Amino acid sequence: MRGVRKRFPGVIALDGVDLDLRSGEVHVLLGENGAGKSTLMKILSGAQVADEGEILVDGRTVVIDSPRAARRLGISIIYQELTLVPHLSASANVFLGKEPTGPFGLLDLDLMNSKTRELLLGLGIALDPDVPVSTLGIAEQQMVEVAKALSEDARILVMDEPTSALTASEIDQLFAAIARLLERGVGIIYISHRMNEVQRIGRRVSVLRDGRRISTRAVPDVTIDELIRLMVGRSVGDHFPRHRSPPGAEVLKVDHLSRRGVLHDISFHLRRGEILGVAGLLGAGRTELARALFGADRSDGGQVAVRGRLALVRSPAEGIATGLGLLPEDRKAQGLVLCLTVRQNIALTSAKRLSRFGLVEERKEAELSQRFVDELRIKTPSIEQLTGALSGGNQQKIVLGKWLAASVDVLIMDEPTRGIDVAAKVEIYELMNRLTASGAAILMISSELPEILGMSDRILVMRAGRAVSEFTAAGADQETLLGAALGRAS
Amino acid sequence: MKVWAQHLLRNRRAGTLAGLFLLCALLSFLSPFFWTVSNLLNVMEQTAINAVVAVGMTFVILSGGIDLSVGSLVALSGVVMANRLMAGWPLALAVLFGLITGALAGLCSGLLITRGKLPPFIATLGMMSVARGAALLFTEGRPISGFSESLRSLSTGRVLGIPVPVLLTILLYTLAVVVLNRTRFGRYVYAIGGNEEATRLSGVAVGFHKTLVYVLSGGTAGLASVLLTARLNSAQPIAGMMYELDAIAAVVIGGTSLTGGAGTLGGTLIGALTMGVLRNGLNLLGISSFLQQIVIGMVIIIAVLVDSLVKSKRS
Repeated sequence: MRGVRKRFPGVIALDGVDLDLRSGEVHVLLGENGAGKSTLMKILSGAQVADEGEILVDGRTVVIDSPRAARRLGISIIYQELTLVPHLSASANVFLGKEPTGPFGLLDLDLMNSKTRELLLGLGIALDPDVPVSTLGIAEQQMVEVAKALSEDARILVMDEPTSALTASEIDQLFAAIARLLERGVGIIYISHRMNEVQRIGRRVSVLRDGRRISTRAVPDVTIDELIRLMVGRSVGDHFPRHRSPPGAEVLKVDHLSRRGVLHDISFHLRRGEILGVAGLLGAGRTELARALFGADRSDGGQVAVRGRLALVRSPAEGIATGLGLLPEDRKAQGLVLCLTVRQNIALTSAKRLSRFGLVEERKEAELSQRFVDELRIKTPSIEQLTGALSGGNQQKIVLGKWLAASVDVLIMDEPTRGIDVAAKVEIYELMNRLTASGAAILMISSELPEILGMSDRILVMRAGRAVSEFTAAGADQETLLGAALGRAS
Repeated sequence: MKVWAQHLLRNRRAGTLAGLFLLCALLSFLSPFFWTVSNLLNVMEQTAINAVVAVGMTFVILSGGIDLSVGSLVALSGVVMANRLMAGWPLALAVLFGLITGALAGLCSGLLITRGKLPPFIATLGMMSVARGAALLFTEGRPISGFSESLRSLSTGRVLGIPVPVLLTILLYTLAVVVLNRTRFGRYVYAIGGNEEATRLSGVAVGFHKTLVYVLSGGTAGLASVLLTARLNSAQPIAGMMYELDAIAAVVIGGTSLTGGAGTLGGTLIGALTMGVLRNGLNLLGISSFLQQIVIGMVIIIAVLVDSLVKSKRS
C-alpha cells in the first residue's frame, strides 16, 4: 500500500501511509485507539475506499472497491466480531456464496463437508463440519473464518485482534494454525494490543500514530518499551484548562462491583469537585463500568454508595433518582433523541419536575432549555430546532445540558469529546470545570491519554474488566498509563 | 427433569410433535368421533389450505421477513383462475394462471422490499389491501361459481384412498423441503435470515434471493386458492380473510424464529396440523367458536413462550 490517505468529516484518518507485506510473514500493526489501523485494513479489504494512494498486489496496481474485489485478489479479513451466519453449519459458512452443486442444482453437501473437514484439518483442528457454528467456541468459529478465507485461496490475511476473546490454550491453537499458514506462503497482517504476541509471532512490526506510519522494525531488534514510546509519541501539548481544587466530601463509593464475564471486583471512590479519569484499551470494560453504575446494565455483585448511603441502582431511572447521570459513548445512538427538538431533549431528564398531572408544561420546559442554551452557548437557531441537524459539539453540549438540568451529583462521561472539534472540546472542558466547582463529581472515560492526563485529578486504569492501577494526575505520564493498560509489568 | 423431557425441550420440533400427539390422545379420550379415519382425513383436508400457505410463509419468515398479503392473494388468485375457467380455459392452464397471479403480486412485494427498501411489514400490508381491493373490483364483489366437474375433483377426488388436497400438500412439502435444504436458494434463505450483512459480504445476491422468497410465497398462496375454490366450488373475493395470521401462527408454533435464520418446514407442518386438530376437536366437543379463538390464541402464546423460556435458560 502506497501513500494511502483517507479523510472523514473533520478528521484525517490516514495521512499518506505506506505498508508492505511479504509472503510467509506476520506483520504486526500497532497503534493506539484511533491511530488508523482499522481504517487502513478496511481499505485493504474493500470495506472502505481510500481518497488517495494505491494498492499493489504482486507488484501490480489493483483496484479494490468492494469486499468481493478484495476476495478475488486473495485478500481476506477476519474481523474482531466474527461474521458467520450463526445457525448455519461450518461447511455452509465456509462455502457461503460459492456452493458446489450437483444434478438438478442440488447442493453437493458431501463435497462441502469433506472439503471443509480437509481445510480445518490443514489448520490442525478436527471438527464436525456439519454442526451449526453457533454451538462452536469462539476459537473454533475463528478457525471456520480462516477456513473460509482459505477456501477462496487467500494469500493475504488480515486478522484484527484475533486473540481478544480467546483463552491461553486457544491462543496456542490459533498460533499453531498461523504457523501452518505461513508455511504455505500466506502473508498475515496482524493487529493486536498485546505486546507479548508481537514477539511470539511477529516478524516485522509497524507502528501507526495519528494516521501516519511512524516506524517499521524487525521484531528481534525492538523492545516493548521502544514500541510503547513510538505508539505514544506526541508531547502533551494540548490545552487542558483544568482548575484543580481540594476535593470535598466523598460522594460515590464503589466496592467490589462485578458483572459476570465483564467486570471483576472493581472498587474506587469519588469526592465532590473531583474528576476521576478512567483509562484503558477498547474492550477493557470501561463503558461496561459506566453502564453498570448508571443502572443501564445489571451488576451481579458488589456495592455502590452515593452520598454515604447504600444505593441499589437497577435501572437508569433509579440511577437518575440517586443523582447519577450518564453522558454515553455514542451521542447519536444513546445520548440524544435526534428527531426531537433541543427543548424536548434537555427536558427529557426533568420530565417529572416539568409536568403537572402528567401534562407537560411547555412554558417551563422552554424557560429551562433556553437557560441552558444561553449558559452553554449552544449554537442553535432556536430551542425548537431538531437536534439531528446540529453539529457534534453542540449536540454534546445539549446532552450535557440535559444532565445539568437534572442537577446530578455524579456525572459519568463516556468519551466526552469524541468526534468534536478542538474549540468545542475546550468549551466542554470548561463546563466540566464549572460542574466540579459547583460540587459535582465526574467519572471521565476517555481513550485519549492527553485528555485523561490533562483533565483528571486521579486516574484509574482498567484492563480485562479489572481496575488494575490508580495514579494521581501528577504521578502519571502517557507511558505509565499505556503500560498499565497493556498489562506490562512496571 | 427426566432425560427424555430435556431432550424434548432441546429439540424444538420433537417438542411440538409431542404436543400434537398429546392433543390427539386427549381428544380421542374426550370424543369417540375424533379418532376415526373419516374425521382424521377431514382434519387433514381442512389443514391442507393453511399448510400450503404456510410453506411460503416459512421461507419468508426464515429470511427475516413477513408476508401479510397472502390471505388477499388467495382471494385474488382464486377469482382470476375462476374467471379463466368460466372463459372456457382448460383446468391446468387456468390453475397456472392463478398461480402466476399470486407469484406476480409476490414479485411486486419483493421488489418493493429489496429495491424500494420498504420494511416487509409495510410492503405486504399495502399489498394485502391492494390485492383484496383488486379481487373485489374484478368480481364487482360477487362470487364466481358454476364450474365443470374437473375442478371439483381436486377437492373430492381420492388417489389410493387419500384425498387429493392432502396428497398435493404432501407433494408440496416434499418438494419444498428439498429446495430449502438442498439448494443454494434454500441455503441463502437461512443465511440471509441469520446474518444478512455477512451473507452480502460473502458475495451472495441478497436482493435477488429475498425477492424470490416473496414470489414463492405468492405462488403458494395461489396454490391454496385452487384448493379453496375447489372445495367451495366457488371463488369469492372475500375468501382468505385472516389466512396470513393462521399461516404465521403455524410457522411460529412450528418453532421458526420470527427474527429469521432458524426453523424447519417439518415444524410448520406440525404447527398447521396442531391448529387443525385443535379447531376440529373443539368443534367436536361443541365448544363455541368464540371460546375457540381464545384457546387457539393461548396455544400460540404458550408455544412461543416455552420456546423463549427454554432459550433464555440455556444462555
